[in-house]
Amino acid sequence: MQPSCNSFKQQAAQALRDPKLQGAFGKLGDGLQARRAAAVGQLPEFEALREDARRIKRRVMSDLDTWLEQFEQKVRGQGGHLHWASTADDAREAILAICQRVGAKTVTKGKSMVTEELGLNDYLVDQGITPVETDLGEYILQLRREAPSHIVMPAVHLAQDDIERTFVESHPQLPPDRDLSTAESLVAEARQELRELFFKADVGITGANFMIAETGSTVIVTNEGNGDLTQTLARVHVVVTTIERVIPTLEDLSTFLRLLPRSATGQDATAYVTLSSGPKREGDMHGPEEFHVVVLDNGRSELLGGENQDILNCIRCGACMNHCPVYGAVGGHAYGWVYPGPLGAALTPALIGVEKSAALPNASTFCGQCVAVCPVKIPLTDIMRRWRVREHGQKMTSPLARAGLSVWAWLASRPALYRKLTGLAAWGMALCGGRRRRLSRMPLAGGWTRYRDFPAPEGETFHAQLARRKKRASKTGAGGLCHE
Amino acid sequence: MELGGKLEVGRSRRVALYVTCLVDVMRPSVGFAAIKLLEDAGCEVVIPEHQTCCGQPAYNAGGEADAKALARQVVETFEPFDAVVVPSGSCAGMIRDHYPKLLAAEPEWRDRAAGLAARTHELTSFLVDVLGLESVEADYKGTVCYHDSCAGLRELNVKQQPRKLLRSVRGVEMREMDDAEVCCGFGGLFCVKYADISNQMVSRKMDNIEASGADTLLAGDLGCLLNMAGKLTRQGSRVKVRHVAEVLAGMTDLPAIGEEH
Ligand code: SF4
Repeated sequence: MQPSCNSFKQQAAQALRDPKLQGAFGKLGDGLQARRAAAVGQLPEFEALREDARRIKRRVMSDLDTWLEQFEQKVRGQGGHLHWASTADDAREAILAICQRVGAKTVTKGKSMVTEELGLNDYLVDQGITPVETDLGEYILQLRREAPSHIVMPAVHLAQDDIERTFVESHPQLPPDRDLSTAESLVAEARQELRELFFKADVGITGANFMIAETGSTVIVTNEGNGDLTQTLARVHVVVTTIERVIPTLEDLSTFLRLLPRSATGQDATAYVTLSSGPKREGDMHGPEEFHVVVLDNGRSELLGGENQDILNCIRCGACMNHCPVYGAVGGHAYGWVYPGPLGAALTPALIGVEKSAALPNASTFCGQCVAVCPVKIPLTDIMRRWRVREHGQKMTSPLARAGLSVWAWLASRPALYRKLTGLAAWGMALCGGRRRRLSRMPLAGGWTRYRDFPAPEGETFHAQLARRKKRASKTGAGGLCHE
Repeated sequence: MELGGKLEVGRSRRVALYVTCLVDVMRPSVGFAAIKLLEDAGCEVVIPEHQTCCGQPAYNAGGEADAKALARQVVETFEPFDAVVVPSGSCAGMIRDHYPKLLAAEPEWRDRAAGLAARTHELTSFLVDVLGLESVEADYKGTVCYHDSCAGLRELNVKQQPRKLLRSVRGVEMREMDDAEVCCGFGGLFCVKYADISNQMVSRKMDNIEASGADTLLAGDLGCLLNMAGKLTRQGSRVKVRHVAEVLAGMTDLPAIGEEH
């Protein structure tokens, strides 16, 4: 997927003008936030669990290669294959090689943001292989040739009637006047369409929420059950995941399983938690003949040991976006790459470079709501701020803004001069404000005054008033307010 | 005024007031209201002369060197005091939460920053949590809603303190607006750089304020107040906007923020 993060502003403006998107995202937070709050409220140990989860993640990251090796050994010991991929190219080639070796024509896919990162669908199509998304949201997006706008609910930007229209157009063999007005009818139709494809597929590709080093298992957490069909009905199961997903033990998994659904959708548990530990064994009724895990790095290992390492702790619950007022205003596509919201603002610069994504960490008021809800306590705003430092240090910000800030800082470190100039500014703005006591236009602050007035100051600064009162007090011999 | 006195601030109750650059320039009466509240609570208030800006604009824009220089200046200026009180959650949060991180790598400053952080308080939190104040002596006729500014709420846990004191103001009727804890879209330079998004956020805030039925909007941070006041006047709303300290100190003779004379 070609990033367009630095067009964030234009993409955001477009989203703000789109009444449908405004409806979808404006309402998104309300329900999800309330549901998360309720689920968290019923679990008194939630805070302690967050702390546990962070501790587990930090332990993993301090020794990541060891855990990955242990995972690899287990997978191989169970008859599976492991493919290390340092770049997106490596991963795509590894997946293609598997598909070609088994002569795959059709590939079913469970939901996977990593394959979005790889642009895998387009790549496979170019190679003559047909990928079929089996998660309902992803299926709809594939029909519409759109990208996900949320990491958990990929099609959340669409309204029911958009989906209806897409189904009518994409399934011309069905009667055009059929009833598609309910979510159930859409699910039923997608099921119907997908059923045959599940059996036709030679390869099934899923993501992984976790890899367990102790058991060599990959884990997916889903609500639809499509992931299970994807991985059990195809002859070959390929798991595509990234290095930071490994956790030490099954016990650790239970910690994350208590945090993830509550944070994501406010559910106590998801409908399905599926562990895959190697190919079908003798006597097994079902299961793939081959089991592969493709483990992608794509820049993540460079974060290890650095100040932004904590972003690797993310368990992709989406809570940060569900609670983000900026995401809620502009939706996911405005962010211009795979990962939107606060997660994207903190992670994307690490994966595609800050020069291609500097707009994202800047698009935050630092309100801190994302940090407050993140189940693994990632300091998202601190990380965004560090990207801003990087950007500022590399002189990627506008020269005018940089000059303005250094003049302000220079002035603020000279209190006497600062007093004089702020005194003048206060007086000048008060004068411009006039009797209405507000300015409707201000130089360099067009962004402010386009949408709101600028309230005029009182006129004399606090320090000037204080100095005047002090003078008067010393004349009259009265004590009172003190400057020191 | 009742004073529980959970904690003695030194023996003299000598506190330094950091008025912040926005209060200094835009709304000096907030500074005087803070002085009155602190003095009524038995404090001796000192206003160190060398105070300017806490460096937050530079800090949030990635200007680390400038932010550090200003942080050191603030540490030096306020170090002699037992307590530092700030009528702003975001500036208090800057000192409490961010200075220690910002100066962590500088051995000669690290502990001094941490020390100042531990002694710095947002105004209403200082009055309630440190001094144990239960009520204030003030009158205000109006229905008020309180917006929880982000830094005060999430960095400093300022939530009940202003409400507790407001309930003791004679004549005040409290209303809670929906989403009082959601950001108003100010965000420092954000509101100018991402004006369209900021406008969307402040517009949603406006709807909630109007729907609450309150005639006065209060908050503890001038940045947010200027943003919301500017939007309200632009929309021709009749809701008045004030810093919470003005109402708590009973100093509401001056026109509200952005209100005509
Ligand atoms: S950053 Fe935190 S809140 Fe956001 S998706 Fe990742 S784990 Fe969830």
